[in-house]
Amino acid sequence: MRKEILDTSTLDSDGLKKIDAYIDNLSGNKEEQLIHVLHHAQQIFGYLPKNLQWYIAKQLDMPSAKVNGVVTFYSLFSEEPRGKYTVSVCMGTACFVKGAEKVLDRILELTDSQKGKMSDDGLFTVQDVRCIGACGLAPVVTINEKVYGNVKINEVDDIIRRYKRGEKHAS
Amino acid sequence: MKLIDKMINCTVNGMEITVEKGTSVLDAAAKAGVHIPTLCHLNLHDLNAVNQSANCRVCVVEDDNSGRLVPSCSQEVYDGMKIETDSMKAVMGRRTSLELLLSNHPQDCLTCVKNLDCELQSLAHEMNIKEIHYQGEKMQHPIDTTSQAIHKDPNKCIMCRRCITMCNDVQTVGVLSPLKRGFDVVVATAFHMDMGDTSCTYCGQCVSVCPTGALAEMDASSKVWKRLNNPKKHVIVQVAPAVRVALGEEFGYDPGEISTGKVVSALRRLGFDTVFDTNFGADLTIVEEAKELVDRIEKDGPLPMLTSCCPAWVQFIEQQFPELLDVPSTCKSPQSMVGSLAKTYYAEQNNIDPEDITMVSIMPCIAKKAEAAREELSVEGHYNVDYVLTTRELARMIKEAAIDFNTLRDGTFDQLLGESTGAAAIFGTTGGVIEAASRTAYEMVTGKELKQVDFKDLRGIDGIREATIEMNGTKLRIGIAHELGNARKLLEEIRDGKSHFDAIEIMACPGGCIGGGGQPYHHGDSNILKKRAESIYKIDLGTELRKSHENPMVKKVYKDFLGSPGSKRAKDLLHTTYSAKERI
Repeated sequence: MRKEILDTSTLDSDGLKKIDAYIDNLSGNKEEQLIHVLHHAQQIFGYLPKNLQWYIAKQLDMPSAKVNGVVTFYSLFSEEPRGKYTVSVCMGTACFVKGAEKVLDRILELTDSQKGKMSDDGLFTVQDVRCIGACGLAPVVTINEKVYGNVKINEVDDIIRRYKRGEKHAS
Repeated sequence: MKLIDKMINCTVNGMEITVEKGTSVLDAAAKAGVHIPTLCHLNLHDLNAVNQSANCRVCVVEDDNSGRLVPSCSQEVYDGMKIETDSMKAVMGRRTSLELLLSNHPQDCLTCVKNLDCELQSLAHEMNIKEIHYQGEKMQHPIDTTSQAIHKDPNKCIMCRRCITMCNDVQTVGVLSPLKRGFDVVVATAFHMDMGDTSCTYCGQCVSVCPTGALAEMDASSKVWKRLNNPKKHVIVQVAPAVRVALGEEFGYDPGEISTGKVVSALRRLGFDTVFDTNFGADLTIVEEAKELVDRIEKDGPLPMLTSCCPAWVQFIEQQFPELLDVPSTCKSPQSMVGSLAKTYYAEQNNIDPEDITMVSIMPCIAKKAEAAREELSVEGHYNVDYVLTTRELARMIKEAAIDFNTLRDGTFDQLLGESTGAAAIFGTTGGVIEAASRTAYEMVTGKELKQVDFKDLRGIDGIREATIEMNGTKLRIGIAHELGNARKLLEEIRDGKSHFDAIEIMACPGGCIGGGGQPYHHGDSNILKKRAESIYKIDLGTELRKSHENPMVKKVYKDFLGSPGSKRAKDLLHTTYSAKERI
């Protein structure tokens, strides 16, 4: 495993340059800003593969174990590739009572994916999340930054289809 | 602030006491003579190693004012606090915490390496646990046996985080970290890598403080038994300086009691054909190292020169400061020097095929196991050292063979590699190697006899120390560090061109080898380490010859075999190289 972690040639070099620049611009104790760096890196690469974590550890002059500890602590960070769209279904009490589970099942069916695993077409990663604090809008689904409230099961098809179509138009 | 303003009053089990503001409940109770059981807590404050994670909740006591249970290790006493350590609520609280830990712990105590030395087991006994009332999911993690040195069984981990404190805060190596969260938390290497693939220095300080069997040494005793039972093999053993002041603890002796003669006899009874002394190798190391230092001073560098006998420290510099690999001395460690000469000089003198020699070392150290496996520490395809046993493993073998250690007569080491001076003895403690080197370097440089051999400025327990020694008008500036976090500070100075030292001694473990990862467990009592260090100096004081270059057998080896210090043959057999390794 050592070899594959130390090999950063599989990572996009422009992306790495962006991370370097971001780290260079940090002021104060850089180690303390690890979470910001990881967040930025995930935005660029979509996820945080092991060799990228090692690279960040090296640039911040800290042990990889510490970086990996932070990455695996927060569910926000992913060590696995993620789809273009991250679909999060809130499983807080209010959303759950209002049928979030059925919404989740339907979304998994439509995207042809498993919970937390990227769909084969690379478009979606569907996950359940704990209460996001928008109980008044229950049940809530977020897709990347966009929030969908009061989601009804028959609306789900439409929402997902729109994202699928958007991809087709884009290409 | 006046002292009186800093003092507050509280009661412990009804006893009124006054303590300084900021005192923990645990310390306040100790002041009142009340013992509170602890598990995750570790306080080696004079060695700068304190683990106060308040994770295990075994030390909870009742705060009688609020009726709440508080962890005594991290809760500070407030004015007027009424602490109850033995109320039913406190006792049941502690039991519950412990039972919950036990409910997720393998029940294989009988065959566990930590049997009878386990803090979790002792607490279960102390708290009269006869039944575990909780049943639940148990951790299922693979056991890591990929390094030559450390055996890691995460299923026995109780998340006390002592190892993480040692690895990250004290040693600044940072190989171990908690990964994931909640029930899934595991103390692991980055990405669950094999230990053997990480930047672990194998210092073993994680093992030294682990309260359970989650971290232990890779046991080599069964392999050694096999060699001892093979009549074709000439099995040689050597014993490090720090072993003889610690092994006795495993047999009921007071900490630091010297048992050199019994160690030798025990090894003979175990069936070793020849018993050599690593101290001989230490004397030889000093002669080679002093020569190298004098050469480097005369030829303008590179300075400072760093000692190289500590294998964890060597791993550390290779991974953390790969740009500084020209500063350590090229001398092999004493164990390797003895191994090297045993398979060449001794083999030649006694007409033994080096192929038939098995070299076993008894070391206070876990990293020595990894050192022995370094390919560059071999001569003509034969590893200098074949197997390394820690002090603890030797104790287990002696018990296994039913040898009554206490009634053994004192034995003496075998020749040709068994003679040593007081200078070699002090290798086992921080400051000792550089003091020994100074004694020899002084006479090499000045050509005069050194009358006062005790360099007391070099001794002590502070993490970083410095001293200056006058030699014929030249001043030799010496730095000393123990624990790798302190070593890092000195190395950063060298890297940044700010170092003003000529020679630096570094040992990875607290107190030096006497506090090594393979020594009998100190269970958080740093006085044990101090007693061992005192005994080391006692051995030095009681030895007739106290300068390495005066060792008659060292002189003989040079005369018969090596030529002079730093000769071609000495370079081939007694020196080594270092290589940069990527840090993970």
